[in-house]
Amino acid sequence: MKSAMRWMQKTAAAATIAAFGVTGSYAQAPTGEPIKVGILHSLSGTMAISETTLKDAMLMLIDEQNKKGGVLGRPLEAVVVDPASDWPLFAEKARELISQNDVAAVFGCWTSVSRKSVLPVFKELNSILFYPVQYEGEESERNVFYTGAAPNQQAIPAVDYLMDEGVKRWVLEGTDYVYPRTTNKILEQYLKDKGVAAEDIIVNYTPFGFSDWQTEVSRIKEFGSAGKKTAVVSTVNGDANVPFYKELANQGVAATDIPVVAFSVGEEELAGIDTGPLVGHLAAWNYFQSVDTPENEEFIAKWHEFIGNDERVTNDPMEAHYIGFNMWVKAVEKAGTTDADAVIDALPGIEQANLTGGTSKMLPNHHITKPVLIGEINDEGQFDVVSETDDLVPGDAWSDFLPESKKLEADWVDLKCGNYDTEAKKCLGDAATSN
Amino acid sequence: MNRAIPWLLLSLAVLLFGPGPAAAQQAEADPAAIVQKFGGKQSFDATEAVIAELAATGDERVARALRALRDGDLYWRESDEAVFVATRKGGDYEIFDPITGASAGTVPSGDLQKVRVKNSIRNAVTGALGTLTLRADNPAQRMRAASTLFSEADPEMIGPLDAAIAAEEDAAVKARMEEARASAVLASDLPAEDKAAAAKVLAGRADRESLTMLIRFAGATDDPVARQAAEAAIVAIQNNIAFWNQMQNVWYGLSLGSVLLLAAIGLAITFGVMGVINMAHGEMVMLGAYTTFVVQEFIRNNAPGLFEWSLAIALPLAFLVSGAVGLVMERGLIRFLYGRPLETLLATFGVSLILQQAVRTIFGPSNRQVGNPDWMSGAFDVGLMSVTWNRLWIIVFALVVFLALLAVLNRTPLGLQMRAVTQNRRMAAAMGIRTPWVDAMTFALGSGIAGIAGVALSQIDNVSPNLGQSYIIDSFLVVVFGGVGNLWGTLVGAMSLGVVNKFLEPYAGAVLGKIVVLVLIILFIQKRPRGLFAQKGRFVDA
Repeated sequence: MKSAMRWMQKTAAAATIAAFGVTGSYAQAPTGEPIKVGILHSLSGTMAISETTLKDAMLMLIDEQNKKGGVLGRPLEAVVVDPASDWPLFAEKARELISQNDVAAVFGCWTSVSRKSVLPVFKELNSILFYPVQYEGEESERNVFYTGAAPNQQAIPAVDYLMDEGVKRWVLEGTDYVYPRTTNKILEQYLKDKGVAAEDIIVNYTPFGFSDWQTEVSRIKEFGSAGKKTAVVSTVNGDANVPFYKELANQGVAATDIPVVAFSVGEEELAGIDTGPLVGHLAAWNYFQSVDTPENEEFIAKWHEFIGNDERVTNDPMEAHYIGFNMWVKAVEKAGTTDADAVIDALPGIEQANLTGGTSKMLPNHHITKPVLIGEINDEGQFDVVSETDDLVPGDAWSDFLPESKKLEADWVDLKCGNYDTEAKKCLGDAATSN
Repeated sequence: MNRAIPWLLLSLAVLLFGPGPAAAQQAEADPAAIVQKFGGKQSFDATEAVIAELAATGDERVARALRALRDGDLYWRESDEAVFVATRKGGDYEIFDPITGASAGTVPSGDLQKVRVKNSIRNAVTGALGTLTLRADNPAQRMRAASTLFSEADPEMIGPLDAAIAAEEDAAVKARMEEARASAVLASDLPAEDKAAAAKVLAGRADRESLTMLIRFAGATDDPVARQAAEAAIVAIQNNIAFWNQMQNVWYGLSLGSVLLLAAIGLAITFGVMGVINMAHGEMVMLGAYTTFVVQEFIRNNAPGLFEWSLAIALPLAFLVSGAVGLVMERGLIRFLYGRPLETLLATFGVSLILQQAVRTIFGPSNRQVGNPDWMSGAFDVGLMSVTWNRLWIIVFALVVFLALLAVLNRTPLGLQMRAVTQNRRMAAAMGIRTPWVDAMTFALGSGIAGIAGVALSQIDNVSPNLGQSYIIDSFLVVVFGGVGNLWGTLVGAMSLGVVNKFLEPYAGAVLGKIVVLVLIILFIQKRPRGLFAQKGRFVDA
């Protein structure tokens, strides 16, 4: 860790020297006009439960960077706004950050609908957004860098793992909105390609904040009593998870009988439940707090110190911000300016050590390479890693398992296009941007 | 899992080909030595191999280590890779010998590494324990072993099961063992008569698992007698399941209805009786839930022994907290807005946002953990339907709250004054009733009831600042549907909405089901604008 830290500082210092042609100690307090960094996470409303933590994580990262000498010798200044879980307000606040506060980059959004809401603003004003949450894919924009997982970095490996464990019957359970619907469409196609019969898959959706899971859970139980090993793939979002798991536990659905693998349940969500009855249920992420590396240990220690509470957990989107922020810092140092065009061109190819022992790389399609970890919930509200991909998996913007997106490719370095049609050999451009 | 099968078969084979002599032959295969093989970093496959080896000893003493492994209590010491069962003791671990269970002192947690497990390992352990504990002293263990063997349906186990059945004295365990034997017989190549008899045993069990086994058997067998027996059994079981599915829908409906009743009953007072459109009603429920959280935190830190009583302690406190907030709201805001419903709506909506953000600032935005006392956890079976204790208690609780509120309204001086004021304010004032005081008390009562609803809802839902929002719409729905100003209407409205919702859900799905219910209510309100139980009287026209 120490060495990685020193290496990073050295790189930062080297870049500073290269940029300014001056010599001096790298730990010098940054001077000059601050570089502003926008933080666009909901601090009130329904999404505050997840997004507030990310705001704090960003403040910590910016604080750290300033202690290390800022960027380009200038200090960083965080500009925090509250879009209040209100999708149109996200666009307004993004505009405020870029045009009034003049931020160099924005770190933010959680739900896909909030990202879709701010997209036109970032394109129009030509700024940079780092998006830290796992999402449904089917998108690649010049102004957005996706540091969370694409479906092939989370959903597909999780299903592969369960297949190895002998699962033959699948319940795809999700909240009724774009991320679960797209992910389940991809998974359903993937399962069918793998030879799973249609009657061995059920797909079910529930509304946001659903709390009465009795019927759904008994249906899962019934579906699972057909003599074949059954698993639930859950894209249930946010608050609805706690009553779901409570009902599973109460109706005695143990992970050894019907495991539930979740894509939206992390350490933060488990903090609200007694995990005793949930031991063995699974989650697929690119990071777990329990991962035993020196980088992670240091990150957790810093987080506890910053937030002043040893009980607070770290989670996957926090790591995504950690990677994204450091990549941005390196790109700015490389470009020697915070100008959006220069930084966007500098970002692909940038490498950054992640917290699980590997080195993530920004790809030309604006996604990053990540390891995929499968963890089982333990009785301390943490995850025990039971499976890990051998190599880092590159994020795929356009799923290979959907007929309409199979032929599409995103490449902002050579093709300068987010949705290049490899069959028609042309860039579809904005006209074809999905929804 | 796949990888587990060869090892299990191996272990079973060893068990079968001489359960008695095997122990003698393998006298040198000391279980204590094998258990030590769990030590050190190793792959899951290696762990499974050790489990199979332990199962192969046929020695009941290994059950302790296996159970500890399954429950995640098996550790190895970093210094010498020695294996122990460990339990947390403060910051340290107390360690025990994995075979004898003798204490071996305490060690700091940093010295121990957990033996890694995953679901397939747990299943392998359960399988191994099933064969090992079929003759255990504890009937509950034998019961579990029989249940495991039932789902495994392994023909190789018929012999051991026969022996166990012959020795079994507990009737319930014996019945379960016979079912396990029947499932194994169906999977074996025994003669058709045996299978027909086994089909009959499974038909008696009449649940979904036996249905699956019978269907598979009926499809595979060539023998007409056995197939006929199986098919008759299948029809009987299917009828049984269909009946219990309907029962289950009714039960789930009542349970959902009781939650709606709890959420709405306070609103039936503030909105139904007083006519105040209180958008902050959900936040009163939330405050009750947070009161439960604070009470539980206090108990956890100061008097852990009282945890089972935490909900009983939280009830009056939640009533007081929410009631007090309601009182302040009425005195400080709502009383200036009587007769101006739109302003009331906006003002109370503002209050709801203020309360939400206040709670978010004090307790943080994330969910708070409210534990379930033991008597609220788990489930029991009625026929093919599993009834969870928390839902059962919430139904009982909702009815008790309802009856208590009814008694307050109809049997106490305060209730009399409330009814007098709401029916004819000026006449009541002329009779010497302090109407402002009655207004304040009525609003406080409604809010307090919402608070105790929060205590109950904390058991099944998230305790987060958003808790109230998810109930406010449903609450208004119930009160309007049931008939404004009528408590019985609220009861019947809540229960019928719950049951209709739950009958629609299996067919239409949760999303569509809810929409259908909303459409039905709109149509109903068109027909009967005053709801199920329309209030009669002068104030209705006012």
